[in-house]
Amino acid sequence: MYNKVTEAERDALIKIAGAENVLTGGAINPDYAHDELGGVENMPEVLVRPGSTEEIAAVMKLAYERAIPVTVRGSGTGLVGGAVPVKGGILLETKRLNKILELDRETLTVTVQPGVLLMELAAFAEENDLMYPPDPGEKSATIGGNISTNAGGMRAVKYGVTRDYVRGLTVVTPTGEILRLGGKVAKNSSGYSLKDLVIGSEGTLCVICEAILKLIPLPKVSLSLLVPFPDRKSAIEAVPKIFGSGVTPTAIEYMSRDTILFSEDYLGKKFPDTKSDAYILLTFDGSTQAQVESDMRLVADLCLDIGATDVFMLDTDERKKSVWSARGAFLEAIKASTTQMDECDVVVPVNRVDDFIKFTHVLAEEQNIRIPSFGHAGDGNLHVYICRDGLDEATWKKKLGACFDRMYETAEEMGGLVSGEHGIGYAKRDYMKKQYGSVPVELMQGIKKVFDPKEILNPGKICY
Amino acid sequence: MNILVCIKQVPGSGNVEVDPVTGTLKRSGVKSKMNPFDLYALEAALSLCEKEGGTVETLTMGPPQAKEIIIESVCMGAKRGFVLSDRAFAGADVLATAHTLSQGVKKCGTYDLIFCGKQTTDGDTAQVGAEMAEFLELPGVANVLSFDEVKSGSVTLKASLDGEVVRMTVKTPCVISMDRDVNMPRLPSYRVKKGITDDAVTFFSLQEMNDTDANHYGLLGSATQVERIFPPKHDKERRVVEGSAAEQTEAIFDLIRRKKLI
Repeated sequence: MYNKVTEAERDALIKIAGAENVLTGGAINPDYAHDELGGVENMPEVLVRPGSTEEIAAVMKLAYERAIPVTVRGSGTGLVGGAVPVKGGILLETKRLNKILELDRETLTVTVQPGVLLMELAAFAEENDLMYPPDPGEKSATIGGNISTNAGGMRAVKYGVTRDYVRGLTVVTPTGEILRLGGKVAKNSSGYSLKDLVIGSEGTLCVICEAILKLIPLPKVSLSLLVPFPDRKSAIEAVPKIFGSGVTPTAIEYMSRDTILFSEDYLGKKFPDTKSDAYILLTFDGSTQAQVESDMRLVADLCLDIGATDVFMLDTDERKKSVWSARGAFLEAIKASTTQMDECDVVVPVNRVDDFIKFTHVLAEEQNIRIPSFGHAGDGNLHVYICRDGLDEATWKKKLGACFDRMYETAEEMGGLVSGEHGIGYAKRDYMKKQYGSVPVELMQGIKKVFDPKEILNPGKICY
Repeated sequence: MNILVCIKQVPGSGNVEVDPVTGTLKRSGVKSKMNPFDLYALEAALSLCEKEGGTVETLTMGPPQAKEIIIESVCMGAKRGFVLSDRAFAGADVLATAHTLSQGVKKCGTYDLIFCGKQTTDGDTAQVGAEMAEFLELPGVANVLSFDEVKSGSVTLKASLDGEVVRMTVKTPCVISMDRDVNMPRLPSYRVKKGITDDAVTFFSLQEMNDTDANHYGLLGSATQVERIFPPKHDKERRVVEGSAAEQTEAIFDLIRRKKLI
């Protein structure tokens, strides 16, 4: 179905992007065969690093004409094998396209190339007294990657996810056409939203070449609270009650003592309090100290009323750092605690979070496997890790499959979905298909076919 | 065991502007906080008392709003605290500060240990602890890392001597300057803050000190006069190292060796 990359295509690619930006064979670093998931690996036949939208269009025209698969890659920090060139072909890396093109203060938008890193965009916005609200944990991810997975992050509770901040996109279709979708406009009821189809499509519909993103004024004050509870249930049950109070925190994270201890070990740094089994970490932001403090007091009093053993104030940079650095290291800490792991990124309604975590504990016992978890208690998006530890390959695969099956089934029963923010990519296709059933998957496949008749763009992913 | 911890209110951020005309720090409108170095001393004191029994109290010198950090220390577990506040105390250098604090110590009560932080983030002299010990005629130990044993009349501790660690037994009462990063300071409790009563903070002015001679305090009592305060020059150099992993490693290694960082 697909053709291999021959000398002729390689020469054509060199003409498009320059010899220094076209790598083949041993010149390609083996890391390009995988993303952060591990386990799903395949080397591309050629790695291309285009330097403009026009170059991307030329690459796509060539690939379409010759029926060569193309997989787009940003920083390679994905967790579902989305950027793995599973069918070989061309790997198109966007990292040379790393410029912030324009800050428009009148429409409060910033126009960026897809290879700009999240941390670079966040710093740029802050320098200009503005904020790009989406805040996924992996700050070295590219904006192109964030848009492709509709990445979420911790501030989703108050500010929403990446999709909510994408106003416009410049994309190249699999046939090599350059399209401008959306724009700097704040409203848009003009037909099907192709822009929104591309967001979250994990590089299967178009190549993102530019993005117009919405910014907001930088909140001047930010305070966090670390609230210890006697147990998990009371901690997590506090969350819907906090929403009921009328105050919307910026972030609500659940932290168990086990995970905090992993993080202490990993960072070699003590956490300021480990006396309780369960904690919730809340952040509040706003434009005035008085308003943020009043929000904070209201929630702090509520927490004490509903069983919190204390409320700790994270009112200085040092205190915030002592807690948030531990929270930020959870994923790496769990990774370091085991030989291999796989992650379930389910999202359930916020009032079912405790039920789901309780279920993972039962499952861990049943399967005799370690399943640590943490998550965004404020938006129901959990990160559950199945740890291989000392298991042999066959037992690991068997137990992993069984755990995933049970977790996705349970999430579905609770009204949840397969992925909250990491995407489906390669690794979670079967679970998504199983949950959605044939009609939604056929609709997705139909959309894919219209955009990409030869299915050359990121084949093997999502609904493939 | 009764411990007094000396603490200071400092600007909340490292980016404090200097007034080009007066050469003083522009403190108005800038949020303040407890000196981060003092948090290690306070944590060490609180942990020691949790283990050995006893109470922790705190002492600061500053304008009336320095009360905020006394309240913060109570939220962290101190029993109560004292603010030495008087116009005559303003403009003090390390000598006058150490004199004022040592006068304050005598006023506050009787303690087995007096703790200080290693230094402050705004003054950075790291001398007040040692000078206080001198004024109080007590043994003083700097850069203390941990406590091995506490007995009636003495304490055995470890202190850092630039690359060496010395273990010593010191007679109490004594003045201890804690090193930085020796513990993880606990967080202030909102629950405690809600229950704080007015008697948690006591103010003392010059007239209440044993030594009431204004010439020994503040600007008048300072042996050093600051000629000029100016913001430091920021040198930011950014270099991008390219090449293969091995080439990059080699280049970075070479660079840090040339800069004498290793």
